[in-house]
Amino acid sequence: MPLLWLFLIVLAIAAVGYVLGRSRALQSAGGDSRDLHSLPSYYGTNVAMKAAVPAFLLMLVWLLVQPLYINTVISGAIPDSAISDGANLGLVMSEVRRTAEGLDALVAAGEMTEAFARSARADLGDITQRLQDAGQIVTSEVTQPILRAAQDYRVMNATGSLLMSGAVIVLSLAGLLWGLRESQAAFRARNVVEAGVRALLIAAASIAILTTIGIVLSLVFNTIEFFRLYPASDFFFGLEWAPSFSGRGGSSELGVIPLLWGTFYISIVALLVAVPIGLFAAIYLSEYASRRVRGIAKPMLEVLAGIPTIVYGLFALLTVGPLLLSVFGREGLGWMQAGTAVMTAGIVMGIMLIPFVSSLSDDIINAVPQAMRDGSYGLGATKSETIKQVVLPAALPGIVGAILLAASRAIGETMIVVLGAGAAARLSLNPFEAMTTVTAKIVSQLTGDADFASPEALVAFALGMTLFVITLGLNVFALYIVRKYREQYE
Amino acid sequence: MYDAPNTELHVTQNDIKIAARKVQVYYGDTHAIKDVDVDIEDKTVTAFIGPSGCGKSTFLRCINRMNDTIDICRVEGDIQIDGEDIYDKRVDPVQLRAKVGMVFQKPNPFPKSIYDNIAYGPKIHGLAKNKADLDEIVEKALRRGAIWDEVKDRLHAPGTGLSGGQQQRLCIARAVATEPEVLLMDEPCSALDPIATAQVEELIDELKQNYSVVIVTHSMQQAARVSQKTAFFHLGHLVEYGETGKIFTNPEDTRTESYITGRIG
Ligand SMILES: Nc1ncnc2c1ncn2[C@@H]1O[C@H](COP(=O)(O)OP(=O)(O)O)[C@@H](O)[C@H]1O
Ligand SMILES: [Mg+2]
Repeated sequence: MPLLWLFLIVLAIAAVGYVLGRSRALQSAGGDSRDLHSLPSYYGTNVAMKAAVPAFLLMLVWLLVQPLYINTVISGAIPDSAISDGANLGLVMSEVRRTAEGLDALVAAGEMTEAFARSARADLGDITQRLQDAGQIVTSEVTQPILRAAQDYRVMNATGSLLMSGAVIVLSLAGLLWGLRESQAAFRARNVVEAGVRALLIAAASIAILTTIGIVLSLVFNTIEFFRLYPASDFFFGLEWAPSFSGRGGSSELGVIPLLWGTFYISIVALLVAVPIGLFAAIYLSEYASRRVRGIAKPMLEVLAGIPTIVYGLFALLTVGPLLLSVFGREGLGWMQAGTAVMTAGIVMGIMLIPFVSSLSDDIINAVPQAMRDGSYGLGATKSETIKQVVLPAALPGIVGAILLAASRAIGETMIVVLGAGAAARLSLNPFEAMTTVTAKIVSQLTGDADFASPEALVAFALGMTLFVITLGLNVFALYIVRKYREQYE
Repeated sequence: MYDAPNTELHVTQNDIKIAARKVQVYYGDTHAIKDVDVDIEDKTVTAFIGPSGCGKSTFLRCINRMNDTIDICRVEGDIQIDGEDIYDKRVDPVQLRAKVGMVFQKPNPFPKSIYDNIAYGPKIHGLAKNKADLDEIVEKALRRGAIWDEVKDRLHAPGTGLSGGQQQRLCIARAVATEPEVLLMDEPCSALDPIATAQVEELIDELKQNYSVVIVTHSMQQAARVSQKTAFFHLGHLVEYGETGKIFTNPEDTRTESYITGRIG
């Protein structure tokens, strides 16, 4: 039975449970809902919850456990002789799975009867031929043990799903009955539903936290794996980034310093663009602009924040790069070789960060109490004197926090760098030269055809981890500053 | 330009410092101050009393044109200080506010050092020739604010670290530092405890030797204690204005009497 159907059946049982629970509770109170402990809908929800939640949980667990179980049973049954030289059990198992899926597809398409797919005496050549004709990818010839295993695999899978469907539906019905028995006037359905809602919210929060932890752990393990293959000191202090292209060679230079330098250089250019413009825009919007201008200008500025970064990347590649080249390039000052450069990426990234800086600073400037401004105006200060000497100093910690948050975004930005800054890892001071960043190199190391277990690929995780630690540090520091500042006026 | 010559405005032996005629204030469509005429004397403490929302603060803020900083606020009528129309086009409101100091309801020291809080106004207006001059101005203002002894050892500590009463006296000293002629105070004691209130009231009493002080208060005892003249506002009207003693013992208007005896407000 397809999963979707099972899902819908459980939902239907829950819906029926809702209606039944509601009416049963009403009945128990003699039709007068005032005699019920809770509103009638709570009784319905209680029954629906009991019918659906345990059933779905069982389904989830079953779906996770069944493949593991079948895998262990089947791989235990594969004889060692079936594992050819240079292969391992994992490869054989994936071939078994592919063959099983191929058989499934053929049966589903009606090109093979179920009995034939299960037949133990089927001709191997014939099956291979049929699988290949049907466009299923299999190796040159399906061997006897693999076909056997694949057939077992299919059978076990089918029985497993059947058992699961039965168990889930039975559990759902049991839940329904349980809930219905409870639907009496005195039952505190409202409290049970409340607990259910709470559990739902906790589950959502834990999923969010667990995935974060999972991501960090996967980074950590792969990073450790990388440092086993490549010395950490060479990675952190190496001045050269030159991965070998062979994919397995040990001659790669994987020093992170040129990448970090490129990252920081581009980020600094970006901040030099974004901070003054964003800050002045924020000051104008929060202190000078009339309500009407503010109502129009603020959303427009925030539209900038909604543009996908790849679009900024195109803007860098097609507009800003050539523009800079025409001024600083060979025809102009002669400092620039090509359109892709630190400057190009930095300026465009700065434009991207303007709304980020301005909307954060705007909030922070608005949080400076009006009493501060009144005090200054009351002493005969002008608007700009007030802003320069009272508002900005009061808002400064918050603005610094905003700038740090912007910096951590700049450091994590990828697309603009890939398109605007070039791909050469270089330690240079010339902002008109092409450089590259940590993020851009993560992309190129993982999208290349290097073996996934080689240091050339694993270095991506070490780079990711480095970046993660840096931006995490920046964010924590920024939030600390912002929060400290908030307390000042409370 | 206006037909009310100054000589006619003399009512007592003190000079008239502020003369307001037919003042109207609107917040958008709300008419907050209606037809207010008042003469405020020099070297006198004048109290504005009245129920909440009657327009005391609004009228006070007309006198130093702080209402200009509110977009929707519109002021009509005529207010003169020393015979000069402060709403004249030639008057720079920023300059005016140096001359008419203001102290607010909640103490609002800047997040700067005590010294910089006081030096802020003098620096902006270029009142000090050099550092020694500035030091002197700061000390004098802090002494006038009756807070010098408490802070003289920590002039460079943040002003926000003082207690509420000290902060309010710091704000008064800050206002005094720009050498104003009029001091406007909008409920300066409402955020203070009784002891701090007594200190500020004592200070107000001293300040009247040099300034014309206008104080908004919702405490009738305070008005009776510190002021010589009292104005009672009600729903945007100036209902009654006269000697404080008379207003509190023998009010002419029934509304004043009801307010003073606690029946409205
Ligand atoms: N900034 C403002 N915007 C709109 N209306 C205001 C503003 N300030 C005061 N008002 C209105 O003006 C009237 C007088 O207010 P206010 O002068 O603050 O009274 P008081 O100080 O006597 O309590 C009130 O009705 C108030 O709602
Ligand atoms: Mg008020």
